[in-house]
Amino acid sequence: MSILQVKNLVHKYITVGDSEEDKQEVTAIDDIDISVEKGEFIAILGKNGSGKSSLAKHINGLLMPTEGAVYVKGMDTRDKRNLLNIRQNAGIVFQNPDNQIVGTIVEEDVAFGPENMGMPVEDIWDRVTSALEGVGMTAYKEASPNHLSGGQKQRIAIAGIMAMEPECIILDEPTAMLDPKGRRHVLSLVKALNREKKITMLMVTHHMEEVLLADRIIVMDHGRIAMDGTPKEVFSKVDEMKQLGLEVPYAAELAWQLRQEGVPLSETITTREELVEELCQFV
Amino acid sequence: MSIRLEHVDYIYEDNSNQKNYALKDVNLEINPGEFIGIAGHTGSGKSTLIQHFNGLMQPTNGNVYFDGKNIYENDFDLRGLRGKVGICFQYPEHQLFEVTILDDVCFGPMNFGKTREEAEIIAKKALLDVGMSEEMLQKSPFELSGGQKRRVAIAGILAMEPEYFILDEPTAGLDPVGRGQILNLLKRLHETKKMTIIFVSHSMEDVASYVQRMIVMNHGEVLFDGDKREVFSHQKELEEVGLSVPFYRYLAEDLNQRGFTVSKDILTMEEAKEAILKVLRKKR
Amino acid sequence: MLKDITIGQYYKTDSMIHRLDPRVKLFGTLVYVVTLFLHKSPVSYVMSLLFLIAVIGISKVPVKFIVRGLKAVAVILVFSVGINIFFIPGEPLVKIGVLRISRAGIKTAVYLGSRLIMLVLGTSLLTFTTTPNELTDGLDKSLGFFNKIKIPVHEIAMMMSIALRFIPILTEELDKIMKAQTARGIDFESGGLLKRMKSMVPIIVPLFVAAVRRANDLALAMESRCYHGGQGRTKMKPLIYETRDFIAYLILLVFLAAMIYLGFFSPWR
Repeated sequence: MSILQVKNLVHKYITVGDSEEDKQEVTAIDDIDISVEKGEFIAILGKNGSGKSSLAKHINGLLMPTEGAVYVKGMDTRDKRNLLNIRQNAGIVFQNPDNQIVGTIVEEDVAFGPENMGMPVEDIWDRVTSALEGVGMTAYKEASPNHLSGGQKQRIAIAGIMAMEPECIILDEPTAMLDPKGRRHVLSLVKALNREKKITMLMVTHHMEEVLLADRIIVMDHGRIAMDGTPKEVFSKVDEMKQLGLEVPYAAELAWQLRQEGVPLSETITTREELVEELCQFV
Repeated sequence: MSIRLEHVDYIYEDNSNQKNYALKDVNLEINPGEFIGIAGHTGSGKSTLIQHFNGLMQPTNGNVYFDGKNIYENDFDLRGLRGKVGICFQYPEHQLFEVTILDDVCFGPMNFGKTREEAEIIAKKALLDVGMSEEMLQKSPFELSGGQKRRVAIAGILAMEPEYFILDEPTAGLDPVGRGQILNLLKRLHETKKMTIIFVSHSMEDVASYVQRMIVMNHGEVLFDGDKREVFSHQKELEEVGLSVPFYRYLAEDLNQRGFTVSKDILTMEEAKEAILKVLRKKR
Repeated sequence: MLKDITIGQYYKTDSMIHRLDPRVKLFGTLVYVVTLFLHKSPVSYVMSLLFLIAVIGISKVPVKFIVRGLKAVAVILVFSVGINIFFIPGEPLVKIGVLRISRAGIKTAVYLGSRLIMLVLGTSLLTFTTTPNELTDGLDKSLGFFNKIKIPVHEIAMMMSIALRFIPILTEELDKIMKAQTARGIDFESGGLLKRMKSMVPIIVPLFVAAVRRANDLALAMESRCYHGGQGRTKMKPLIYETRDFIAYLILLVFLAAMIYLGFFSPWR
């Protein structure tokens, strides 16, 4: 059975302006169907305002469907009694690490989730220890989050979710506020958690190079799913991606440019190695 | 005519009263009409450096000169300097405060002595320059998307009509469309208005495509300062301090290693494309 | 100047004071503050000062760091001391124009000044040696009886702890906002009071917007981490009294008794 199921999901909200006439109904998500298998690593791509963040919040029960439904391990997010169980199974990591760290000491922050779940003291300590170990931040367990770098803070935020031992983690642009070094650390961590602990990952992003880590890409546009496939499938459609206002990885872009000039390169090129390999066959 | 830093140190004390150098013996000269990129990892002193250009931060040791005058002499008009050297910081949320977008952009020019009427004309032009449409001008800046806020913030500095325009990571967190809009705007300002542009960026590809001169900071010191091609030729040193060279330079290196001979000095996609096509045409 | 605000910050050292149960420290701070207002003679001031010095010494928090916190309240201090010096009536010692300084005025001003300084130092010591989380837990547990009269102690304590966590973040943000607006030529110095107050608007609005945005984000993040109030919540570090805590209580009671004696019954009143 799929771990996540999004069925005919529609989300509308009303913006209120200065007067009655300014009231507008906005459709953030427009009839989406997704089903995610356990252990998958999915990247959700899309421009700002394409509905990708709203989708992420539905899976965690932070937003409720206007129409349709979302199921996490078969539990309907609309049923309030399921919420705690859903949130424990599908944790969410947000963009700004400062705004999601509750504790003033690293280990106390990581404990926040398990404390809310009402776990016994010893189990909390076990989970905090192994979560901090998992993200490689054990050395900082007694530090104040304010003294950490952006990348380190984001790893603490991930540890806070890991401590609830979820089966699925949703990451809402987790690297948008980080520098290249912080980004690399967070991404390799996400990748490792997916590979080694078999945690299902759903990562919202607009960095093309990050997307290559995923097994599957869902491209969103105006609240709808515009594309759904492997990185190779998605990035071979350079024209379509450009129309959606998105980029493709540098190698795919250059290969596309060369194809336009008549160089017979295959459409599946996404990495530098692949591009070099094919070009070298011409000499 | 220039901004000149001479032996600038900026020292701060941390909680344990230890002295730290945010800048250490920095010597730089920024000349009018340049297009400069500043790179360096977090904590390398980039932000501290740009705040010395308009006197927002005062050096612990050393001097800053604007057009040959020491900006910390008593009779120097420091506030006036800030009109000539405009800095746009990374987070537009830190500067937007007015009820309408137009009012907000008028704030800068009016602080520098423009009347409301004059300011409105300049502000409208600046907003159109950054790609905001006429009907947006009366909207609240708080209703905008992240990319739009960034553009309004840039217009807010642009409307001060600075001679030097400095931007701290102007494209961070934007989607590709928003990023392209801002970088192309900078290019246009540099080409048509002869404005001096300095921008801080983490993206080596962006720096390589747009700037002429590149300054690399590391641990508060200037590691490299010069023509971008010259700076990017120090691949090993850049990697050692946690930076990289543009994707296309790595590609050129890989190609050369495999006997596909192209110039090693390739920085942008256009250059890569031309070089590869040239080799392929010769083969045919 | 902003970095001088040390109030509400935690200073990590490995000391006996740090290890004490937060309930003891809360009680101790209460006792200390109450006794400050019992003072009537120099002897009790010296007693309080000695007590304070002893606690600072044991806490291992650098004196420099503690004193820095005073800078933030310097204005209030100078203002209230000044008012007392000049406006307490009595036989004038010095005359400067219309201003007179009397012996009684100096005495009151010195008492008030030292009381204020000791108050700030003593209370800031609580936050230097206690993490906001411990503070919250301490309040939560020792004020639990308020729950019976429908006062949401847990929620209030949680709010307080979050406020403490965000103070450094927001002061940093304030600093950045001030720089961004200074770069846009904002003029703080010239003009009358009204104009100067108006020049604060470009600072206050972005700060307020930022605080609301952060609060909103944090609420979502807490909710997504299963937060649902204090009900059914357990603790990673539950509060359990140890021998040292009882000893500390005893010392505090002795101190309180001594101060009451000095304040009401001793010959040096």
